[in-house]
Amino acid sequence: MQILIVGCGNVGIAIAEQLSTEGHDITAIDERSDNLQYAVNAFDIRGIVGNGASFSILKDAGVETSDMLLAVTDSDELNMLCCLIGKRAGAKTTVARVRNPVYKQELNYIKSELDINMVINPEEIAAAEAARSLKYPLASKVESFARGRAEMVQMRIEKDSPLRGKSLMEIRTDLAGNVIFAIVQRGDEVYIPYGSFVLQEKDEVSIVAPSKELLTFFKKAGIPTAKVRDAILIGGGQTAFYLARQLLSMGVDVKIFEKEKERCAKLSEALPEAMIINGDGTDKDMLMEEGLAGTDAFIALTGIDEENIMMSLFTKSVSKAKLITKLTKVSYNDIIGEMEIGTTLYPRLITAERIIRYVRGIQESMDSEIETLYRLCDGRVEALEFLIKRDAPVIGVPLQELRMKRGLIVACINHRGDVIVPNGSSTIAAGDTVIVVTRLTGFKDITDILEKS
Amino acid sequence: MNYKAIRYILFRVLELLGVLYLLPTLVSLFYKERSAILFLLGALFFFAIGYAGTRNRPTPLVFYAREGFVVTALAWIVISACGAIPFVLSGAIPNYLDALFETVSGFTTTGASILSDVEHMEKGVMFWRCFTHWVGGMGFLVFMLAVLPLSDGYSMHLMRAESPGPSVGKFVPRVRQTAEILYAIYLGITVIEIVLLMISGLSLYEASTLTFSTVGTGGFSITNAGINPYPVASQAIITFFMALCGINFSVFYFFIIKRPDEAVKSDETRWYLITMLVSAILIAINVYAAGMGTTPGMTFHHSLFTVASVMTTTGFATWDFNLWPEFSRTLLFCLMLIGACAGSTGGGFKFSRLVILVRNIRNELGFVVHPKSIKRVYMDGAVVERTTVKSVTAYLSIYVCVYVVSLILLSLDKFDFTTNMTAVAATLNNIGPGLNVVGATGNYGGFSGLSKVVLIFDMLAGRLELMPMLILLRRTTWRK
Repeated sequence: MQILIVGCGNVGIAIAEQLSTEGHDITAIDERSDNLQYAVNAFDIRGIVGNGASFSILKDAGVETSDMLLAVTDSDELNMLCCLIGKRAGAKTTVARVRNPVYKQELNYIKSELDINMVINPEEIAAAEAARSLKYPLASKVESFARGRAEMVQMRIEKDSPLRGKSLMEIRTDLAGNVIFAIVQRGDEVYIPYGSFVLQEKDEVSIVAPSKELLTFFKKAGIPTAKVRDAILIGGGQTAFYLARQLLSMGVDVKIFEKEKERCAKLSEALPEAMIINGDGTDKDMLMEEGLAGTDAFIALTGIDEENIMMSLFTKSVSKAKLITKLTKVSYNDIIGEMEIGTTLYPRLITAERIIRYVRGIQESMDSEIETLYRLCDGRVEALEFLIKRDAPVIGVPLQELRMKRGLIVACINHRGDVIVPNGSSTIAAGDTVIVVTRLTGFKDITDILEKS
Repeated sequence: MNYKAIRYILFRVLELLGVLYLLPTLVSLFYKERSAILFLLGALFFFAIGYAGTRNRPTPLVFYAREGFVVTALAWIVISACGAIPFVLSGAIPNYLDALFETVSGFTTTGASILSDVEHMEKGVMFWRCFTHWVGGMGFLVFMLAVLPLSDGYSMHLMRAESPGPSVGKFVPRVRQTAEILYAIYLGITVIEIVLLMISGLSLYEASTLTFSTVGTGGFSITNAGINPYPVASQAIITFFMALCGINFSVFYFFIIKRPDEAVKSDETRWYLITMLVSAILIAINVYAAGMGTTPGMTFHHSLFTVASVMTTTGFATWDFNLWPEFSRTLLFCLMLIGACAGSTGGGFKFSRLVILVRNIRNELGFVVHPKSIKRVYMDGAVVERTTVKSVTAYLSIYVCVYVVSLILLSLDKFDFTTNMTAVAATLNNIGPGLNVVGATGNYGGFSGLSKVVLIFDMLAGRLELMPMLILLRRTTWRK
């Protein structure tokens, strides 16, 4: 597809890189040439210097023949204007990043009147992501399939984990666990494990299961699933606001630390149920006094990465709280992976990921039967959800009799809202959706899982 | 430094050379010449080596700026060194250094020759000599980018190192597509010119060799008398196509996609055409006033041909301009220094650089009078980046340095100042003929070995816009 990206900041660059390697033709527009210079050198894209809301610039970039315009500059108003003009000029689909909560109230009006196809708010989705990972305290990542009926949870096998040293077969028979261990990441290696695979300490495993089964499995296995009862949030920015609102609605007690008095007043107006504390979140005595040691969850959301990391490390040393650390810079991902700071939250990456997912959705609704697609483990593994068409050759055949390629696993079958973990005798029916986890990439429809005869 | 990636590309280049040898093989076979065997063996040999060396593709194949420059310079050296072999083995140019000079001159589209007599050469070898112009004109790395998935990222660095001009842009998002479009335009122009030349009465062999020399803005001709023996109509066609290939190819692209308003916005093309026309008129008047021309019309025809030939850095001649009055000679020398447009197949300092430089000088003068004023350089109706302006001034200084050093080294030889001065200008700007000894009817055969090496360096440096060749000479480039 021809895609224009207005705004070449972190989000823009992350999107440009991913979409360009996926084979789309990208033209990036930014007013600052040094931003563009980097992107144009590093990825196979075209750059145009100028204001993305200007018609002549958009025309230069080829908006008339473009399939999509993604406006991700820092300014909400500019993004909306870009989309407005781009749509009039011929872009088929438009996406705008809009973060000001004022516009949030009028989202539907904006979408319909300005004809913007998708509006994305980085803070809000980052908060949603954080809230989701609080649902499973041990998980570092949670993705959902089949409209939320199935979930994939990524977690690390710790030293005291009851799963350590067990083979998948044992887990299945001993615990009657109706779950699929879809991916195991051990060091640099990625496995799609078979029954005899034995889990070791430090493995990162991804478990796919129907949502209801997951909690039961965790309970049976003795993995703590205790619901989070209270949470401490450091920094009272937009993300904190959205997160606090979600947590409060889930019945979690929320404490927010914020340095600025005015912001505190605003927060307490907006979130009357939360406890707002006017104080420096990096003050460790105060944190201890406010019950850091006993808290269930600690979420560092200040604007400074180093502060967030330090506070999370400190919290790790004094409590057993589930940690979430917000980070802005992406470049140190490898080193940060080694540190014990719990789940990391990159609002920009999440935004980019969400937009990329949307782009794929648009494309895939055109030429394939993929409902959902996640790229995992640095893109080495894909988890896909296929819709099964009436004439698919897999229908009615027990799975054990299908000649499937190696390096993939059929994780779940969703039969009209009833999600099951399949065994060898399970069959697939037309209209089902099927979740496949695979190390082979580029699947377009369900027949791709079969060995070519 | 990513040596693996560099080695891989160099083997790819050898493989390409093997494929390129097939074309002269066919020509030699057609004329039943001895060199057919030679070219065929060369094709097989280099293709085999290249094929063997590229079995293991290093992944990821990434070129940062440094690798981009180094690999470009090395690729040009390697293809010249291996492309010179047929001249030696066929006996056309027995001395390897001379053959290398001729080949570098071919690939860099210079057209400077060490031969005094070219007519005894076998037709296949002659075809290869002219074909190198065509290959070098658009750049063979650009060609490889068009047909091979050459790089996993940062491929702009490769394209930038080989393409002429102060700032290299893509007109479509992907490097590969851009390269394809460039080659499609290039091929289109080539075919049209061959057909037109054949209509004007030339044989296919003459038409194709001359076309290769024209569209690559090279300048090798297949007779000792240059373009003089051909009909006036053919000469006019060649004039037109020389001028055409001196224009930035993106201008053609804008015409093709039916956005001519973008194309006519180009300041560079405007100044290029104005300069060409005005210089041709001035020289015609000057030559005719000196009593040399037959009719005013024919004088203008030859003057325009010569000006186009020199400005596009082709170096064809219909008339020995060495004999013209001093004003014409001087004007031609100045035009040599400027060269053609950025993004064309021509060489030289480039009109866009000149436009930026002149406008920057104007701003600097204004700055002396109004020290607090802020003024930017504009081109094609848009602001030119400060970094671009800076790189243009830096380019000028480096250009002058290389020029001066080459001139001093050349002065050790036995020729006069004008010869040396224009020999450096003619090689560094990829023109070919200079004045006096190296004039339109002269050649470079008389220079010593050292001088030839210096001039070979200048030709490569000129074609690759100085930086890649100079970066090869930096010691820190080779550190791990």
